Amino acid sequence: GALGGAVAAQEALEPNTWEEITTYNNFYEFGTGKSDPADNSGDMITDPWEVTIDGMVDNPGTFSLADLAADMTMEERLYRFRCVEAWAMVIPWNGFELADLLNKAGIQTGATHVAFETAVLPDVMEGVQRRVIDFPYVEGLRLDEAMHPLTIMATGVYGRPMANQNGAPIRLVVPWKYGFKSIKSIVRITVTNEQPPTTWNKIGPREYGFYSNVNPEVDHPRWSQASERLIGGGLFSSRQDTLMFNGYPEVASLYDGMDLTTNY
Amino acid sequence: MIDTINTYARKIPTWALYLLLVIPIPYLFYSAATGGMGIEPINALEREMGDLTLKLIIVGLAVTPLRKYLKLNLLKFRRAIGVMAFVYVVVHLGIWVVLDMSLRWEQMWGDIWKRPYITIGMAAFLMMIPLVITSNNLSLRKIGGAAWRKLHKLVYLIAVLGAVHFIMVQKVWEVEPLLHLAVILALLATRYKPSQKAAVVSARG
Repeated sequence: GALGGAVAAQEALEPNTWEEITTYNNFYEFGTGKSDPADNSGDMITDPWEVTIDGMVDNPGTFSLADLAADMTMEERLYRFRCVEAWAMVIPWNGFELADLLNKAGIQTGATHVAFETAVLPDVMEGVQRRVIDFPYVEGLRLDEAMHPLTIMATGVYGRPMANQNGAPIRLVVPWKYGFKSIKSIVRITVTNEQPPTTWNKIGPREYGFYSNVNPEVDHPRWSQASERLIGGGLFSSRQDTLMFNGYPEVASLYDGMDLTTNY
Repeated sequence: MIDTINTYARKIPTWALYLLLVIPIPYLFYSAATGGMGIEPINALEREMGDLTLKLIIVGLAVTPLRKYLKLNLLKFRRAIGVMAFVYVVVHLGIWVVLDMSLRWEQMWGDIWKRPYITIGMAAFLMMIPLVITSNNLSLRKIGGAAWRKLHKLVYLIAVLGAVHFIMVQKVWEVEPLLHLAVILALLATRYKPSQKAAVVSARG
């Protein structure tokens, strides 16, 4: 079906190198520069790691990463990754569908959204020490977005464990949304019946909406989103057009009847 | 000490300063092309050139207060500093047009009008043009010293707009761009002359 189309389209994608994926990152817990996460995240200990699943679920609790991923189906997903700053990469993630995890937790009737929270480890996070933004970093999805088969929880890249700067040991990946929605180093997943607050929306509600779907027609107030530069092409790489929903048109039906200009 | 520097400064020809300030341009391009500026060299190079433009403007603004308060005379280099700031801003803009935006004229034109930080940057660039055109002795004579000095006070506004442009490119309030603005405002403050009325009042007090 629709997903088959996406998989076929993925065949043409050329993944970025491990070096590119791990040296050009936004992870404000470790600083605001692009190389800060790679330079400063080495002391974050990701094993052991626990994730709390709570809210409107039948089986709440705090689970070790191993228990959490125990009976999940691990697979590789080669996804486009589009940052709100108008650069892009192609990344071969390893992970499992968030839907499987939520189904295992047992979603209760009436739930509408899922909230996520990043670890706050001031001892090893200099961005947290300097309070460059308000921490913990929080994100959220509507339940149907969270349950979509394209939405995954990633634990690796290129078959290797996730690098700290990429959000080790477990992060969200929502390929049709701007990268900041794909929250890193997750310690809490909360199923809820209201739209949760999200970090960049709190910082600049006019610039970053709750949905933040990749959309070449709706510009960021300070820069156009019509085109993007694929990282890795060097000094003379040219821009490419940005695709609606980052090239994942199968998610369009999630937003039927919604004005994507006001719900940006 | 200051006298020694002034003596040496008198001996250094201005062309040497032009040469010294030109060298970083090919060096930075070479570095960007060969991986020295990370995996996203276009953005890194563009920002570097913008940063150097602003820093040269700051150095240019420092010449007068350095002379006034430290008796350090670098006046003969000020034109070279200003002209080279213009060269750097042209390179900065050129990188944006050719390498960053890949000659997407329609998108650039939209950005110039719609995005305040680009509008401000472009305004500052346009204001630099009359200054660089008149940066020669012939223009100075033709326009006349008083009018020329008045025209070149435009650099005060250019400096502030440049710093605001730098601040607005960031996603959050970053320290470095704010420091640039603070230094510029401090340098402008050294030029502040209390109005005659105020001077009279303070003289009485």
